[in-house]
Amino acid sequence: MKLVTAIIQPFKLDDVREALARAGAGGVTVTELRGYGRARGHTEIYRGAEYVVDFAAELRVETVVVDERVDAVVDALLEAAHTGREHDGQLFVVPLDQATRVRTGEAGDDAL
Amino acid sequence: MRCSAARAGVVALALVPALASAASAPDKGDTAWMLVSTALVLLMAVPALALFYGGLVRSKNMLSVLMQVFVVFSLVSVLWFAYGYSLAFSAGNAVIGGTGRVFLAGIADPANGTWALASTFSKGVPMYEIVFAVFQATFAAITCCLVVGSLVERIRFSALLVFVVIWFSASYLPIAHMVWYWPGPDAYVAGADTAALDARAGFIWRLGALDFAGGTVVHVNAGIAGLVGAWLVGKRIGYGREALRPHSLTMTMIGASLLWFGWFGFNAGSALEANGTAALAFLNTYLATACAVLSWTAAEWLLKGKPSMLGAASGAVAGLVAITPAAGNVGVAGAFAIGAIAGLVCLWGVTGLKRLLAADDALDVFGVHALGGITGALLTGVFNAPVLGGPGLVIDWVSGATGYPGIAVQLFAQAKAVAITLLWSGTVAFVAYKAADRLVGLRVDEEHEREGLDIRSHGESAYDH
Repeated sequence: MKLVTAIIQPFKLDDVREALARAGAGGVTVTELRGYGRARGHTEIYRGAEYVVDFAAELRVETVVVDERVDAVVDALLEAAHTGREHDGQLFVVPLDQATRVRTGEAGDDAL
Repeated sequence: MRCSAARAGVVALALVPALASAASAPDKGDTAWMLVSTALVLLMAVPALALFYGGLVRSKNMLSVLMQVFVVFSLVSVLWFAYGYSLAFSAGNAVIGGTGRVFLAGIADPANGTWALASTFSKGVPMYEIVFAVFQATFAAITCCLVVGSLVERIRFSALLVFVVIWFSASYLPIAHMVWYWPGPDAYVAGADTAALDARAGFIWRLGALDFAGGTVVHVNAGIAGLVGAWLVGKRIGYGREALRPHSLTMTMIGASLLWFGWFGFNAGSALEANGTAALAFLNTYLATACAVLSWTAAEWLLKGKPSMLGAASGAVAGLVAITPAAGNVGVAGAFAIGAIAGLVCLWGVTGLKRLLAADDALDVFGVHALGGITGALLTGVFNAPVLGGPGLVIDWVSGATGYPGIAVQLFAQAKAVAITLLWSGTVAFVAYKAADRLVGLRVDEEHEREGLDIRSHGESAYDH
């Protein structure tokens, strides 16, 4: 079981959701957040005041998948979130000890 | 018309029986227009100015700005009917009026159906004095609200109210009296009386300065008071280091648009009649504003790379401010020029000049209102010239003959009006802020400011998030 977390650009959400569904991810959680990586934000000008806004709006997409599906899900994410320009985001995979479905109490791979 | 500069002085202090004669009864169309204009000017303050200002602050201070404008408007309106109207527009000396109209004494006797009459700018065309008094109330009230923009996000609410009471009484009222009080056209019957009648008018009126709807009385007056306040209250925490970003330029755009709409009452209503001068003022208000939107936007696009919504909205207000003293005093050519120039001058006011002043005039009351007001006041003297398409001014109230004293002479008269207003208002404002500071403390404490005035000063939040 792996937790796959992707930081993506907000306008890519529809493509990513479709790609994840095709790749067999059972459920997806999305969070709106702000951040920066190598590429910094933008400049905003209000009359005489200029502000550099470091943090850009991003989405965090999280899904938990069984080990056999990880590669397919990662490939799907990489393809769907890609534009080739700055701010495309990042992708993390971490091992997961346990998962439990709250409604039924099913545990492990059955919970996904 | 020289008259375009003035507000009607009170001609008939004694009550005149309504409909005593058909000739002396105010025109119903004029009365209807003036009542609508009055309501339009109220709209300029609440909600227009409140939204324009409110959108420019951070969301934690939104309600405090709406509240400051709402309560200052109400407070000044009450003071106006208590003593303000009398001190501004009843007979007194060259600087301040008298006490004859305190609590609007003698202005109307509804039980007997009798109404005092005031003069307009036309001989034999009176208006109900009660209409003039309520129209002018909205001017006094919105002028005090304009000052709020310099002080937002850190002024103590009670200090603002103390300041407003003092500054309204000692600056707005005398300036309004000096610029706008005069005996009215019907008083001028015989040429031999002219000098004596002129001597009864306000000091700045006598200098020959034109101010159709309040370039000096409203905008220069409020603008310098705001700047002095920004210096005395100090910079907001984080100014120049943190991003003090507008929280809703959508609100600001709605506010600017409603200002444009309401300003037709402000400027065209200042003709005091539904006549050709009102129509000219209306058109000039429409046109100069559009010109200023374009000039500000074009200059910003060129200099900063992007045309911004805030720039367009600010340009609109700059154009409205600058055309205010000129509205019925210039022709269409004047409106094109004044609007276009005001957009560029005020853009500099909120960028280059602002850096020179080194004050946190948070919402640029000086850069837009004082600078736009000065630009408009001076250019009124230029574009009033008939050779530049202007109407000229009345040089003899007995015959009603118009003329024009020459650009240099009129420009100098306008400059004197601006200088007196800057000095007078700046000095009174300084004293008023110091008094408010001594009484209640001018500024909220640091923790209060960081958490936001909405929660700490007013106990509520603008948004659920």
